[in-house]
Amino acid sequence: MGSGSLILLMFCGILFAGLAIGLGKVFSIKTYNTEKGEAYECGIQTEGTTWVQFNVGYYLFSLIFLVFDVEIVFLYPWAVVLKEIGMVAFTEILIFSLFLFMGLLYAYKKKALTWV
Amino acid sequence: MILMIGFKDITLWIHQMLSGYLNPGWVVASEALLVGLAMILLVVIMAVAMIYMERKVAGFMQLRLGPMRVGLWGSMQAFADVLKLLLKECLTPNGADKLLFSLAPFVVLTVSFLALAPFSFAPGLQLWDLNIGVLYISAVSSIGVIGILMAGWSSNNKYSLLGGMRSGAQIVSYELSAGLSIIAIVIMCGSLSIHDIILSQSDGWWIFKGHLPAMFAFVVFVIASTAELNRAPFDLAEAEQELTAGFHTEYSGMQFAMFFLAEYTNMFIVSMVGTTVFLGGWMPFHIVGFEAFNHLMDYVPSFIWFFGKTFFILFLIMWFRWTFPRMRIDQLLKLEWKYLLPLSIINIVIAAFITIMGWHF
Repeated sequence: MGSGSLILLMFCGILFAGLAIGLGKVFSIKTYNTEKGEAYECGIQTEGTTWVQFNVGYYLFSLIFLVFDVEIVFLYPWAVVLKEIGMVAFTEILIFSLFLFMGLLYAYKKKALTWV
Repeated sequence: MILMIGFKDITLWIHQMLSGYLNPGWVVASEALLVGLAMILLVVIMAVAMIYMERKVAGFMQLRLGPMRVGLWGSMQAFADVLKLLLKECLTPNGADKLLFSLAPFVVLTVSFLALAPFSFAPGLQLWDLNIGVLYISAVSSIGVIGILMAGWSSNNKYSLLGGMRSGAQIVSYELSAGLSIIAIVIMCGSLSIHDIILSQSDGWWIFKGHLPAMFAFVVFVIASTAELNRAPFDLAEAEQELTAGFHTEYSGMQFAMFFLAEYTNMFIVSMVGTTVFLGGWMPFHIVGFEAFNHLMDYVPSFIWFFGKTFFILFLIMWFRWTFPRMRIDQLLKLEWKYLLPLSIINIVIAAFITIMGWHF
């Protein structure tokens, strides 16, 4: 079908979700109650705002993730042509991943990989 | 030869029949309609089958029967649940970011629909044979994280926010080893196209042909994809005892159902990737030297092979849930960053070495 299938599938997803949620909105039994709109936090009154500071660890991991994700994107074209190029490609990627491994080792030493 | 009408013949027959009645523009439109309906039906039927399977597997693993009341052996339970969800009100909590809140289910579901494009279910039954099929699947399915973060952020609920954040960190981390384990097979096969990967396994599946690196890659892939799906033992993003339900705590009715459907579709997609890359897609199981056995295996239709293997991986993932206890977030990130990721990189180097020396079969 070619690239048109992507547009078709996107349309399918949006249409299906829209239809299902729309039908739900039509058929559902609606009642009004002031308590209903409150955040569900185990029945206790909510204290303070939701959008508070949270652990910096998430950001650290996403930063390291970025480095390795880019590495994987580099690895895909290499993996496809490895058979044709042979030993040269192998040594090159060996050096490349050695550098990245040193980066991981550095993050390990600096305790960036330890959850605080 | 095999006494079977291929899917290619069926699609060709439909095309010719439509061309006989309609002009070319309408033929394309009606074919698109048919394909769209088929994809929606596939997603819905698979989700219903998987929900039924999940509950039955869970039941039998705990020495109970699972759903039994609705329909024969509880087979209509999923439909009853959908009907129940249809009648539930879609609530939006006070102070929620209304736009993001209602957009999140759409994003999550559309992404899992989009990832279905390059899969080959049987010979000739494929929407689009991309030359970068595997990369496309991993690229598109990672957009789902945005939907989950949107849902967690916009709910105006601390549990949702924490669940969304945990889920994001987890999906993003485990994407690395899932991608690396697929690359190990791409190295041996030399192509990213789903069709080529399946055809390269006609003389044996990669898990058997690829020696130790392929087996190790399969194990890593199953672990990483279980984590990417936020399923037990990695389900701390929606740990019921701590966070009620994680990022979809505030969702109800059909909006919740969309998250549920997307979750099960993602599970299906991950199993299909595992089947295609490691277990030979729709290729039958052959043992070298056993001619009679191989001929017998050839008679089983290829789509049964494909879905059989897919359900095998699905069963594996469901089995995990009732075997391992939940991990803490520090254990989870430690497992990925200190064990799986370095081991996968070493595994890739070994796989590349084996490929260059021509040691794989």
